[in-house]
Amino acid sequence: MDKLMAELKRQIIERLNLKDHKPEDIGDDQPLFVEGLGLDSIDALELIVLLQQDYNIKLSKAEDGPKVFYSVRTMAEYITEHSPSKTPS
Amino acid sequence: MINENLQPERFITSTCLIRTNSAYKNGMAEFQRPGLSASDFLDELYRFERLDYPKFHKMDMLSKLGLLAAEILLKDTDHRGKYQDEETGIILSNTNGSLDVDLKYAKTMHAGASPALFVYTLPNIVIGEIAIRHKIKGENAFFVFKGFHGNFIAEYVNGLFNSKLIRSCICGWVDFLGEDYKALLMLVETTRTGTAIPFTVERINQLNNENYG
Repeated sequence: MDKLMAELKRQIIERLNLKDHKPEDIGDDQPLFVEGLGLDSIDALELIVLLQQDYNIKLSKAEDGPKVFYSVRTMAEYITEHSPSKTPS
Repeated sequence: MINENLQPERFITSTCLIRTNSAYKNGMAEFQRPGLSASDFLDELYRFERLDYPKFHKMDMLSKLGLLAAEILLKDTDHRGKYQDEETGIILSNTNGSLDVDLKYAKTMHAGASPALFVYTLPNIVIGEIAIRHKIKGENAFFVFKGFHGNFIAEYVNGLFNSKLIRSCICGWVDFLGEDYKALLMLVETTRTGTAIPFTVERINQLNNENYG
């Protein structure tokens, strides 16, 4: 899980062009949106694309989005649960 | 010939020109970095201006160029303090529309189109970014021409002033494609300041043809 979360932080910074951030700046349980990392709705769409492209996971229910993308840890848990074979070991 | 002294109503009170790795405010060199790519130059200019505006990094090149030009244009002007949000217009133009990001977006379409690129595939998005940054809510429009059209800019902006829709206006040219880019922004107001010049077609075209290099 720690390795997956570290990889997700790197991917989020790269994919969302968060040039002022380093992976260690993002807490495992830090909220990604609004009061936390300050991501917006377009970033949410990019994260959905990231899940599809890099982990072959399609978010089946849109209403799950806020829960899945709440933090790096919730994203990692969702990935582990839905595509264990795609997670880095 | 127009006698500028008889038309004191509107003045260009600030200008910003960005092109070929140089940025100028009111004709004076603000920042120059020869040899950098267009992308690296704009990132360096962002750091030089100390914007602290993380959203900048997510923008397409056209928006980055326009945002930086507006930042330099409005710097030291007390523009925010002088006008209500609705009293300032933004009228921009260029020749390549949003083609730079359109091409980049097209390349992503085969392997999962990027929403972050898609949202910039209209040239008027740069106006939105400037408006958000500076809390401007007045009339705005983006026009695509074959080339710089000083006469149109003067007529359109004067029309907005005449209709009393605005009391100030950011107007001009913001164009970006590949490694070619140019921004010429003018701040138009009704009060003359020390360095102000009349807002006339002749002066607009003169600014566009200026070669500070």
